[in-house]
Amino acid sequence: MDLTLQVWRQSGPNAPGRLVEYPAKDISPDMSFLEMLDIVNEGLNTQGIEPISFDHDCREGICGMCGLMINGLAHGPQLGTATCQLHMRKFKDGDTIVIEPWKATGFPIVRDLAVDRSTFDRIIEAGGFITVPTGSASEANLTLVPKEVAEWSMDAAACIGCGACVAACPNSAAQLFTAAKIAHLSLLPQGQPERWTRVEAMVDKMEEFFGSCTNTGECETACPKEISIDFIALMNKDYMKAKFKNRRLVSQTG
Amino acid sequence: MPLELDSKVPDGDIDTMWENHKFDMKLVNPNNKRKFNIIVVGTGLAGASAAASLAELGYNVKAFTYHDSPRRAHSIAAQGGINAAKNYHGDGDSVFRLFYDTVKGGDYRSREENVYRLAEVSLNIIDQATAQGVPFAREYGGKLDNRSFGGAQVSRTFYARGQTGQQLLLGAYQSLARVVGLGQVEMHTRTEMLDVVVKDGRAVGIVTRNLITGEIESHSAHAVVLATGGYSNVYYLSTNAMACNATAIWRAHRRGAAFANPCYTQIHPTCIPSAEEFQSKLTLMSESLRNDGRIWVSKKAGDTRKAKEIPEDERDYYLERRYPAFGNLVPRDVASRNAESMINEGKGVGPLKNGVYLDFADPIKRLGEDTIRERYGNLFEMYHRITDENPYETPMRIYPAPHYTMGGLWVDYHLMTNIPGLYAIGEANFSDHGANRLGASALMQGLADGYFVLPYTISDYLAGMLGDPVVPTDDPAFTEIEAEVADRTNHWLSIKGTRSADYFHRELGKIMIAHCGMSRNEAGLKQALIEIPALYEEFKKDVKVLGSAETFNQSLENVQRVDDYFQLAELMCLDALERAESCGGHYREESQTEDGEALRNDDDFAYVAAWGWTGDPGKADLTKEPLEFKYVKLSQRSYK
Repeated sequence: MDLTLQVWRQSGPNAPGRLVEYPAKDISPDMSFLEMLDIVNEGLNTQGIEPISFDHDCREGICGMCGLMINGLAHGPQLGTATCQLHMRKFKDGDTIVIEPWKATGFPIVRDLAVDRSTFDRIIEAGGFITVPTGSASEANLTLVPKEVAEWSMDAAACIGCGACVAACPNSAAQLFTAAKIAHLSLLPQGQPERWTRVEAMVDKMEEFFGSCTNTGECETACPKEISIDFIALMNKDYMKAKFKNRRLVSQTG
Repeated sequence: MPLELDSKVPDGDIDTMWENHKFDMKLVNPNNKRKFNIIVVGTGLAGASAAASLAELGYNVKAFTYHDSPRRAHSIAAQGGINAAKNYHGDGDSVFRLFYDTVKGGDYRSREENVYRLAEVSLNIIDQATAQGVPFAREYGGKLDNRSFGGAQVSRTFYARGQTGQQLLLGAYQSLARVVGLGQVEMHTRTEMLDVVVKDGRAVGIVTRNLITGEIESHSAHAVVLATGGYSNVYYLSTNAMACNATAIWRAHRRGAAFANPCYTQIHPTCIPSAEEFQSKLTLMSESLRNDGRIWVSKKAGDTRKAKEIPEDERDYYLERRYPAFGNLVPRDVASRNAESMINEGKGVGPLKNGVYLDFADPIKRLGEDTIRERYGNLFEMYHRITDENPYETPMRIYPAPHYTMGGLWVDYHLMTNIPGLYAIGEANFSDHGANRLGASALMQGLADGYFVLPYTISDYLAGMLGDPVVPTDDPAFTEIEAEVADRTNHWLSIKGTRSADYFHRELGKIMIAHCGMSRNEAGLKQALIEIPALYEEFKKDVKVLGSAETFNQSLENVQRVDDYFQLAELMCLDALERAESCGGHYREESQTEDGEALRNDDDFAYVAAWGWTGDPGKADLTKEPLEFKYVKLSQRSYK
């Protein structure tokens, strides 16, 4: 199939960017979207045009490195799919495809379609962990976790940190990403001791970089792992509770 | 000049060796730990767990990854599970049995003492990961569930759906993020190590390139830890992530680190067969599928019927037929070779006749679709998305693909290379899997090295350096290598040839898969050793890399990696040629039993092949570390 691409080109974070048109010819429907870009890049390289920069790595839908706005949709038209797992059979011969990077102030552009998502790491560093120094853990089966709880926690833990939730959100909010990590840990017995400090620290850190959530639900639709916005409700409830609990702790100690 | 290799394996009985040795090693007083700087390159399972653990101990750690976040490392894609000899099911598992299975599975080409320690600390890994909140699968009573994997007759594999690697990596990443947040680790993302700096025979630092700004920088430390994964991408098509590369270990090799057993590549049996020429990588389907799925082809060569149209008595369940005791759960090398031979006999399935069936019709009938969906749902979905075929209705097609490399930098019992102060952990070293890695053991080794081995052994080295300052980065040892790295980087932009690095990489991959792939023979390897240098010469003259060295330039990143692949590929073929026996992932056609199984030659080849750099990878220098088997009796591996 033959396609026309409109690709966002931007030589650096502070350079102006624009959409540039490139043809993509003889594309097989069995190709993945990124393989299609590989072919286009080979062609550009031959013509002496610098290839399009885009982030990608595992190409198995799990590392969370890839992520493009394809015709205005984060990760493109197929639900529950990361860009690397999107195949060209989802498009038609003669289509024009607009390809842009994630757009959010929390994700500055590096070059072309690659963005900087290190703000997600800052959120995790604020509290997205269970404090357990190496070697100090007790025998694993001493902590019982009901099967349903483990499954529910796993549903949240499946987040790949790609940033589609932020890119899809009209407010560029990072609630789904943050909530997924908070829920993963706060549902488990292991996560209880730090539950209230964690939620407060992570939400506060998130708000430094990202917009506010207005429950539009676009994040859930865009999420390649179909993570539920129910976790946002869980996070909000815990955050509210934490504001009281953490305050009481302060008054008790001080 | 032969290398001096001291494996530093302690004396004593294997079952108390590690425990005793921990007492014998020198310690660094907690107050003194902050006086030591350690560099960790790579932040996958091994690197993240090491960096987190070392920082918790009090060392100053600098961690480096070429990714935008440590959470992207390819450990994340490991699906199936992690082994541990917990014996929670009372099915006869023990540390000794895991040790035994691993040595046997590795076809008696690993060091017994390292493997025993791995089995021993496997117990702690599960405790550690559980405490971190890794949402492992559970039984209804709330206890940890597990399943079985190839090469074992017990159920010892712990898992988190089909995302075990992801969850374990996130556990390690979160521990790392914690110490980064506390300021105990200086994290350098989008930074690639391009050389290691050796002064007075010791590793004293690294030279890196900032992938966004192109800046070449030096970093100095008392010890350098490489945790940079494997090199299967030398085959171009592999299950590795696109950016996985050999540069860090190859540059260390060029600075004097011995490269051990480079020819041992695991060809994983359950990948989705490639569809066409443009394909960029191969996708692995978890080996856990072989727990329930049944592998078959038509008994008739050239059969063009659809799977459903082939009646039961015309199907050949060849693994169940040939290996009744292990059936579909034979180790990976055996499963891979058998698939290849079926395809060579003209029994391949799919449009390109390049696969075998992995069929779930029976288990779906027996257990119900819901159970199968619960166990493998995400894998089925992934398969469906890639191939456009629904595996609940029609059998999956699978074919072997280059996956994990058991070779890597030679290390001693302390995980130190032959360059003092330079460590290699996880897949980057050669140490624990021998000639073949058992399923669910990669995650185990990465975490064992990072959490439970290196933090002990590194103190033994550092204790002797108390009071020694790090070598300043304006020392000629650093500035000379910085200049070399900058020249090398800029050089690629000056060639202005006609073809991309990717083109040459693809061509190199074809040579490698043809002559140094699932099976090898003398003539083919000799042929490869002519073809690779010839193609390398073309590459050096004709590669075309655009753009500048001072910006984010993915083509420039790639071309340097491909350059190193060319040299490594030559060494792999040389090693494969030298090893005139079949063992594990290395199958020499000249060395087989009457019924076509791999035939080892313990009299001549029970050694680790450690290669030293001479300036020409095709003329590398071989030093042999003999392997002794005191606890697991050498025997012909049989899974019948």
